[in-house]
Amino acid sequence: MNSRTIAISVALVALMSLPYWVDGTYYVNVASQILFMAIFALGLNVIAGYGGLVSLGHAGLFGLAAYTTSYMLQIGYGHSASIVGGLFVGLGSMAIFAMLSLRATGIGFIMITLALGQIIWGLAYRWISITNGDNGISIHGRPAPFGIEIGSAESFYYATLLIFVVSFVAVLVFVNSPLGAALKGTRDQPRRMTALGYNVWMTRFLGCLFSGLLTAISGILYVYYQQFISPQAVDLTASAEVLLMVIAGGAGTLFGPIVGAALVVIVKSVVSGYIERWNMLLGAIFVFIVIFMPDGLVPGIGRIFRKFSVRKRNNQPQTLAVEGRQK
Amino acid sequence: MWATSYLAMENRKTAEMTFWLLLTVNSITFASLLFLLAAGFSLIFGLMRIPNLMHGSLFMIGGYLGATFLGGMFETISFWVGAAASAIIVAVLGAVLERLLLRRLPGQPLAQVLVTLGISFIVADFCLMVWGGDPLTVPGPESLEGTIAIGPMAFPLYRLAVIAIAAIVAIVLWFLLERTRFGAMIRAGVDDPGMARVVGIRVSLLFTLVFALGAGLAAFAGVMAAPILQVYPGLDQYILPLALVVVILGGSGSLLGAIVGSLVIGFIYNFGQALVPELAYFVLFLPMLLVLLVRPQGLFGRFEI
Amino acid sequence: MNDNITRRQLLVGTAALAGASAFPMPSIAQSAPVKLGLLTVKTGPLAQAGIQMEQGVITWLKEHDYKMGGRKVELVSADTGGKPAGAKTKAQALIERDKVDVIVGPLAAFEILAISDYVKEHKVPTLSHAGGDDLTQRTPNPYFLRPSATSSQAMHPMGHYAVTEMGKKRAVTINFDFAFGHEQQGGFQAAFEQGGGCVVNRLYAPLGTPDYTPYLAQMKDCDVVCQGFASSAPVAFMKQYAELGYKFPVVAGETGADDALLPAFGDEALGMMSCSPYTLDLENDSNKRFVAAMLREFNVVPGFNAAGPYVICDVVNAGLEAVAGDTSDRDKLMAALKAVNLKETPRGPISFDQFGNVVGSFYVRRMEKASGNQYGLKLWNRTVKTYNNVGQFWDWPERDFLAKPVYSRDYPPMNKC
Repeated sequence: MNSRTIAISVALVALMSLPYWVDGTYYVNVASQILFMAIFALGLNVIAGYGGLVSLGHAGLFGLAAYTTSYMLQIGYGHSASIVGGLFVGLGSMAIFAMLSLRATGIGFIMITLALGQIIWGLAYRWISITNGDNGISIHGRPAPFGIEIGSAESFYYATLLIFVVSFVAVLVFVNSPLGAALKGTRDQPRRMTALGYNVWMTRFLGCLFSGLLTAISGILYVYYQQFISPQAVDLTASAEVLLMVIAGGAGTLFGPIVGAALVVIVKSVVSGYIERWNMLLGAIFVFIVIFMPDGLVPGIGRIFRKFSVRKRNNQPQTLAVEGRQK
Repeated sequence: MWATSYLAMENRKTAEMTFWLLLTVNSITFASLLFLLAAGFSLIFGLMRIPNLMHGSLFMIGGYLGATFLGGMFETISFWVGAAASAIIVAVLGAVLERLLLRRLPGQPLAQVLVTLGISFIVADFCLMVWGGDPLTVPGPESLEGTIAIGPMAFPLYRLAVIAIAAIVAIVLWFLLERTRFGAMIRAGVDDPGMARVVGIRVSLLFTLVFALGAGLAAFAGVMAAPILQVYPGLDQYILPLALVVVILGGSGSLLGAIVGSLVIGFIYNFGQALVPELAYFVLFLPMLLVLLVRPQGLFGRFEI
Repeated sequence: MNDNITRRQLLVGTAALAGASAFPMPSIAQSAPVKLGLLTVKTGPLAQAGIQMEQGVITWLKEHDYKMGGRKVELVSADTGGKPAGAKTKAQALIERDKVDVIVGPLAAFEILAISDYVKEHKVPTLSHAGGDDLTQRTPNPYFLRPSATSSQAMHPMGHYAVTEMGKKRAVTINFDFAFGHEQQGGFQAAFEQGGGCVVNRLYAPLGTPDYTPYLAQMKDCDVVCQGFASSAPVAFMKQYAELGYKFPVVAGETGADDALLPAFGDEALGMMSCSPYTLDLENDSNKRFVAAMLREFNVVPGFNAAGPYVICDVVNAGLEAVAGDTSDRDKLMAALKAVNLKETPRGPISFDQFGNVVGSFYVRRMEKASGNQYGLKLWNRTVKTYNNVGQFWDWPERDFLAKPVYSRDYPPMNKC
């Protein structure tokens, strides 16, 4: 039983018992938010961290899934159909995004995704007959999988936790699979990968699809949590925020996006109640991270632990956080 | 009867001509402001490959400083002195940020994104704290108040002056880049940074100076824009995507690209809003998207981004 | 309608009095403070209006020694950031963590829409400053009270005034392209066309655009311009309007010539007519006290963004007095709030209709040069006409109004002029 397994078990126990040791439903709700934003960040990390493809338009995909589900609920479909619809549209639009964006890499990819994200935002604002413009779409109620109601804060938290654990395991499996290794290879050495016979484009495309699936899941969870979706959830600030979660936590690591999501959500929701200049604080935290731990919080804190650790660890392949190198 | 219908026709023709003329001149004004902003961004990105996502914040704080200098306290300061002072302060700020922060992160775009966005959060909140939530109006220079008649309509003199200023700045920049050693070093650094170092160019000092120049230009643009757009919270988020689109469209590291890109976006922005307001957003991003898909380095870019 | 309200209030008041005397309130409940939650915007582009909201509330509380309905008041202020998700999170914080009794705010229509179901579920009386017509029309919320105005409420009398008193026939309207702008436009057009006028063109600028030239270029063929810009956009708009040499008279709603903007407007705004539920020049005692207090506390001239929340506090106070400070029965409190009928507030007399929307006086003002010592201002909005007892449906029968769709980007449809 090495320390890593112990740490993970402790974390799981803490998460599962969370509603019992936090001070009220408000914090349970904050925890739910952290979890589905973590899924969103994990999804972006798949292509930004492991694939070196930085997207500034991911909130657009998040929003497409969320809007699809809300719209279908509004016109009378049931929960199952709406969720499937949301996943389908999320995945489909990611495929289109990827086909357009993968024509370029590096900053070109960033700009194309930015443009696509802004176009979706514009659509959300203007296509009033479907999206209701800035008034947004309100939905009512949550699904009851296998007859279990998830209307309350605690039950929704558990449902989200379950989905989160499944998503996390999926990412873990992906990263350690041949496809995941290939994706990391295309990030670090695209030309060599091509020389070795890999289809770099297809590898990246499949990575994007997986990312899109996770993003769609988080979008649907978001809309069931908030019971509301509006264009503000899809704007450039939202895309920048999730990217910041990934980078600040540690791009290309498993736990980085989770830590990043927790950081941003806690500062926005909890700290903002005590500190009026919370925006400045968040910015200062980011700058601090860049100065002292430029590859993110998780690798940085890992380094600090290793420095103070007395026992020698047996050699474990650490997931190195590598910056997405260009070309 | 014939006379009144002729008059009505004449009035309608005049109104039509006014519409096109007004929008055309305004497009060029807007393009001028964009050029001042995008030129700095293009230089920074072209030379240092840094996506400077706080460029909008530099524009905004330049405008706020301009509002302070030209507003109440220093009533006797001339507009140009105030604009120059603002530009210098922000240029120094840019140099400091480059030395302390960006210098540590060569070739690490993710960290660069994180730090530039983090600084933009800090600057935006700082401006809100110091200058408050109310938008500030900045008076233009007194010598440029009033309107001038162009054809059948009256056009504010200041907006025309902005075009002239941008043209002067463009010429100065061109001269700097093409006819001075400093400019040669920049061009060398853009084309081949490794080689530039080998040849003995003090690249790190060059980087700091260019970043300072870009920041100063952005602040100057902010002060120039203030009498037209006002200065308000959220100005940074409004202007940054436009600057990005201009640089991507025109190609980074290229002065001509910045000029052409600004003109294209200026015209699309104005005419798009007037003719197809429902599609205002697609209309802006579509040409950029098309150029990126067909020619990833932009129209005049010197390298593939 | 008015009789019913007065009688209901009388009944509630009497019952409360009787109840209070027959069963003395447990002293614990009496000494516990009433928790007032304020959902406002302190960061981001809407910060200007949100800060004024808070100033209005704090001014009221300080003036009344932080007491409402005989109990001490504890104010919990929350910054939503001007985003629906932020509004939801902060509403949750206020309701679940801070256990507030009443919510004041939020500021924007899309924020209240995000939390509408939530406050209904938790039965928290919410008194909002936000527009969003349908919240008190076709999709009403029983826990929602709107003491400010619907988006179109001030534009109805403005349209009426423009066509009947100003004699205008052809209008061009311009607003920001979001629901608040659409609803103002709709209200103006409906009233203007009812009087025989016609809206020649309606222009929508993207929210936050600072340069109005592309829209100004399209203003022609009319005899009046109606603008519904919010925040401080009206200042920039009037400046650019005058710079380009336009001379058509301008009319506006309550945000287009808000009194808080008086120090910022220039001479180009002289002559602008506007219709607002609040006007700085209202000559009554409570308004004089309010303005003096605002100047004393914050050294700012108040506009509707401060006056509205101040009056909200008046309403909460009256409602609490009617239930003798008992906040444990939310439904009773809500009924008392809806029954509030105040003869004097800084905005004049107010009461509520059955949907919880305000019925009050609306003032048509003209912007002129300030004459005497009007708070040191150079420009002044002088009331030229007062419309009393204006509800959200103007003078149309409620059933007919609700049978039609809500004002939107495409409704009312444009007519050939």
